[in-house]
Amino acid sequence: MSFYETLRHFADSYALVLMLALFVGLCAWPFRPGASKRNQAAATLIFEGQDDGE
Amino acid sequence: MQAETALGRVGLWFLIMLAALAAAVGAADSGFAAHATIIALVAFVMIWMSASRFDPVGKAQGFFQMPEGPSRYDDDPIRWGVIATMFWGLAGLLAGVFIASQLAFPWLNIEPYLNFGRLRPLHTSAVIFAFGGNALLATSFYVVQRTCRTQLAFPGLARFVFWGYQLFIVLAATGYLLGVTQSKEYAEPEWYVDLWLTIVWVAYFVVFVGTLAKRKEPHIYVANWFYLAFIITIAMLHIVNNLAVPVSFLGAKSYNAFAGVQDALTQWWYGHNAVGFFLTAGFLAMMYYFVPKQAERPVYSYRLSIIHFWSLIFLYIWAGPHHLHYTALPDWAQTLGMVFSIMLWMPSWGGMINGLMTLNGAWDKVRTDPIIRMMVMALAFYGMSTFEGPMLSIKSVNSLSHYTDWTIGHVHSGALGWNGMITFACMYFLVPRLWKRQRMYSLRMINWHFWLAALGIVFYAASMWVAGIQQGLMWREYGPDGYLVWSFADSVAAMFPMYVMRTVGGLMYLGGAIIMTYNIWMTLAGKLREEKPLRDAAYDPQADRPIVNQPSAVPAE
Repeated sequence: MSFYETLRHFADSYALVLMLALFVGLCAWPFRPGASKRNQAAATLIFEGQDDGE
Repeated sequence: MQAETALGRVGLWFLIMLAALAAAVGAADSGFAAHATIIALVAFVMIWMSASRFDPVGKAQGFFQMPEGPSRYDDDPIRWGVIATMFWGLAGLLAGVFIASQLAFPWLNIEPYLNFGRLRPLHTSAVIFAFGGNALLATSFYVVQRTCRTQLAFPGLARFVFWGYQLFIVLAATGYLLGVTQSKEYAEPEWYVDLWLTIVWVAYFVVFVGTLAKRKEPHIYVANWFYLAFIITIAMLHIVNNLAVPVSFLGAKSYNAFAGVQDALTQWWYGHNAVGFFLTAGFLAMMYYFVPKQAERPVYSYRLSIIHFWSLIFLYIWAGPHHLHYTALPDWAQTLGMVFSIMLWMPSWGGMINGLMTLNGAWDKVRTDPIIRMMVMALAFYGMSTFEGPMLSIKSVNSLSHYTDWTIGHVHSGALGWNGMITFACMYFLVPRLWKRQRMYSLRMINWHFWLAALGIVFYAASMWVAGIQQGLMWREYGPDGYLVWSFADSVAAMFPMYVMRTVGGLMYLGGAIIMTYNIWMTLAGKLREEKPLRDAAYDPQADRPIVNQPSAVPAE
C-alpha cells in the first residue's frame, strides 16, 4: 500500500470517527447538566462594569 | 525616551533605509524597485519620528503613544483602526464603482495602470483586506479588552500590528497597479509581501492570545472564539496557499509550489475559507458582541452560539471544491464540496436566528434605532447569502450560474449586505465611545446611510441576478441545427443595461459611505447636529387617562 493509500484509509476510518465524536462532544458540552446557569452568566458578562469608556 | 535608545532606533531605521535603497538599485524589475523605494520612504519617516520622539524627560508621548496605566483600556490602535476602516472603505468602494463603470463603458480602461485587470484585485483587496481587515483589527482589540476586562497585552506589538498591516495594504495595492501579482484570486500579493503579512499576522496572534491569557474574567466570551478561529485559520490558509519560490531575491516574480489541479484546489481551499473565516467568522465575532450591546439584551441563546461556532469550524473547511465544479478536479471532491456547502446552511441560519432573536422583546428598536436597523439588515443579508451560496453550490444549479454575474451578485449581497452593514453599525457604535462623545453627530444621517445602502444593494443584487441567469441561458442555448444560438460577444452586449444599473447601485452604496464619513468627521470634531428625534409620536401622560364620571352638580334644595 502506498503512503497515500495508508493515509487515505486512516482518514476514511479512525480520523473520520474521531472528528465526528469530537464535533458531537463539543456541541453537546453546553447541554451538560448544570451548564445553563454558566451559559446565562457567560451571555450577560458583556454588560458588567463600565466597559464602554476608557 | 533615553538618548541612547533614541540614537539606537535612528541607527536601526537608517540601516533599513540603506538596505531598502540598495534593494531598489539592484532590483530585477521595476515593481520590486518601487516597493523597495516605499520601504525606504517608510524607514526615512521612522528615522524622523524616532528622532522627534527623543524626550529627555522620559515621557513617551506623541504618535506611538502608549497607554497611560493599567486602569485604562488601550484604545489608540482601535481609534486608528476606525479611521483606517473609513479611509480604505471609501477607496475600495470608489474602485468598485469605477470598475463597474468600466464594464459598462470600456473606454474607461486607462492603460496600463488603471485597466480592469489591475483595478479589480485592487477593489477586492481594498474592501476585503483593507476595509474589512481594519474593521476586524479594531473591533477584535476592542472586544477582547472589554470581555477579558484587561488591557491589551504587548502594547508595542499591537501598534506594530496596526502599522505593519497598513504597510501590507500599501504594498499590495501599489503592486496591483504596477502589475506585480501572483495571479491567485484574493492572494495576489507576491512572495515578499506575503512574508511581511505573515510576520504581522503572527504578531496579531501573539497580542490577541496574550490578552486572553491575562484576562480577569474567567470565561472567554464566544465572540473571542470567533476572532481566534479567524486569526488562526487565516494564518494557516495564507501560509499554505502562498508557498512559492522566488525567481530572484531582488525581484518580484515567484512560482507557486503547486501546479495544475492541486494548485487550483489549494487556491479554492484558501479562497473559500478566506470567505468563511475572514468574512464570516471574524464578522460573526462582531455580531456576537455588538448586537447584544446595542440591543442591551444578552444573546438569544449562548448554547446555540457554541453550536454555531463548532459547526462552522468543522464544516466550512471542506466547502472550497464547489468553486471547481465541472473542472479537472476529481468528481468525488466536487461532490464533497457540494455536500459540505449544503450542510453549512444549517449553522449559518442558526447563527442568523441567534442574532435576530436577540432582539426578541425589543423589536421596537428596529423602528427607533438606526444602528439596530443596520444590524438587523446585516443579519438578514447573512441569512440570504448563506442560503444562496449552498444553492449555487449544487452542481446542476452551478452549471447554469458558474462564470456568470450571478456569482458576482451573490458575493456582493454577502459583502455589501452582511459585511458592510455590520461594519458600519459597529463603527457607529464605536465612534462616540472611543472619542468620548455623547452620541454620533447625527442619527438621521445614519438613517440616510441605511436607506442608501439598502437600496444600492437591491439595485446591485437584482441586476446581477438578471444578468447572471440571462448569461447562463444564452451560453447554453442550442438552435434546431445543433449549434449554439449566441456567440459570447452577444451575451456581453446584452449585459449593458444590467451593468449600468449595477453601477447605479454601487454609487448609492458609496454615497451612503460618504455620508457616514462626514458624520464620523463631525463627531470627531465634537459637534452634535440639532435635529428632530427619529421617534416623535406625541404622547401626553396627562391626557392618557380614563374618563371618570364627574358627579353632576347637585341642585340646591
